[in-house]
Amino acid sequence: MSHVFSKRSNSLPLQLVLYLFVLGGTVTAAVTYYCTPKYLRVGYAPVQPVPYDHSLHAGQLGLDCRYCHSNVDQSGFANLPTSQTCMNCHKLVKPQSPLLAVVRASFESGAPVPWVQVHKAPDYVYFNHAIHVNRGVSCVECHGRIDQMTVVTHAKSLSMKFCLDCHRAPAQFLRAPQDLYHLAASTLAEQGRTADAARFIQQAKIKPPQSCSGCHR
Amino acid sequence: MRTVYYVTALLVVLTISIGGFRGRRSTQPPIEVFPDMNRQAKYKPQAGSKFFADGRADRPLAAGVVPRGRTIAPDPDFLRADNFLYRGQTTSGEFARDFPPELALDEKFMQHGQERYTIYCAPCHGALGDGQGITKSYGMVTTASYHDDRIRKMPEGEIFNTITNGKNTMSPYADKLSPEDRWAVIAYVRALERARQGAVSDVPADHKADLGL
Repeated sequence: MSHVFSKRSNSLPLQLVLYLFVLGGTVTAAVTYYCTPKYLRVGYAPVQPVPYDHSLHAGQLGLDCRYCHSNVDQSGFANLPTSQTCMNCHKLVKPQSPLLAVVRASFESGAPVPWVQVHKAPDYVYFNHAIHVNRGVSCVECHGRIDQMTVVTHAKSLSMKFCLDCHRAPAQFLRAPQDLYHLAASTLAEQGRTADAARFIQQAKIKPPQSCSGCHR
Repeated sequence: MRTVYYVTALLVVLTISIGGFRGRRSTQPPIEVFPDMNRQAKYKPQAGSKFFADGRADRPLAAGVVPRGRTIAPDPDFLRADNFLYRGQTTSGEFARDFPPELALDEKFMQHGQERYTIYCAPCHGALGDGQGITKSYGMVTTASYHDDRIRKMPEGEIFNTITNGKNTMSPYADKLSPEDRWAVIAYVRALERARQGAVSDVPADHKADLGL
């Protein structure tokens, strides 16, 4: 009787199992790399209705973040500016610019400028801006160097691990109160002022929650 | 079996070619792999609404409403009846001089005024209050200097009114500065004016050496 299967097929089950391991590893690596916020969110830079340039306003002119995002240190929500805020200056600065037509129309009609939200936490995350900035977490920690961005781009992953890294070891991430809105400033730890950071944590009673209900309600 | 490995390798190359690397710029909204309850049927601040005709979830205020403040505890002054504190006026409706008595004019108040001034006023009025802010070189040429006699002699209440309602080319800042913030800013403006008028004789004797006087 001739051989139905070649001799090579004896090792086939082993080879298949081996391949499944390789495939499993490859797929796991691909999912880890591609299906997490570090890939999905970082780099998101939507086209805005007005080509507002943060590197000009916040960087070159040195406007404080709070000139426009005026509630960020008083409210959980960091507001977008009203079109009147733009018109405070643009009544006189480049009053005819076609790039500002949307802002002028909004100022006259009262209809909001349809800005596209870049940083969007899931609805089950109850993030409070005021609590963070008033306790030494600078804007730059989550939003990156906005003062150098022509188009606002999602710079950090803002994944749950990203939050927990800081909640577990806040001392490494805190900045001095006068540095919070100066995005080039380094953290207290980077300045070697670890004792100041520890004192700040004690004085401001900084106890970032690590329980689920701290952020999810 | 070798072919299978080749195909797998090809798929990996294909995935990387299409997917690229982390941090790639994209104008498309991020894909949510497990959307679950990421986007819930609830209104968030400054969000849109399909229910209201103007498309806004934030509703405009009805005429005559007053803010209750940020505390949950009842605020006895929530009607903002205090003419001095909330409008800078005396009972007879004239602009008041000096500061409302309920505000403590201490260093903390002054520092708060300096902080708010630096955020909202300094871009045009300048760090020194002389109207030489950064916006001057971009076309805001009519900014007033606080060191003019007109403003130095202006009642505090009138400055309060200007911040609240704007004046000429200056927009109102009532949405950015609470009444207390406005008084703190005025206190700081008065300090800037006083500093400009300062003379060597104002420096305390024990600090003269620090300034090389």
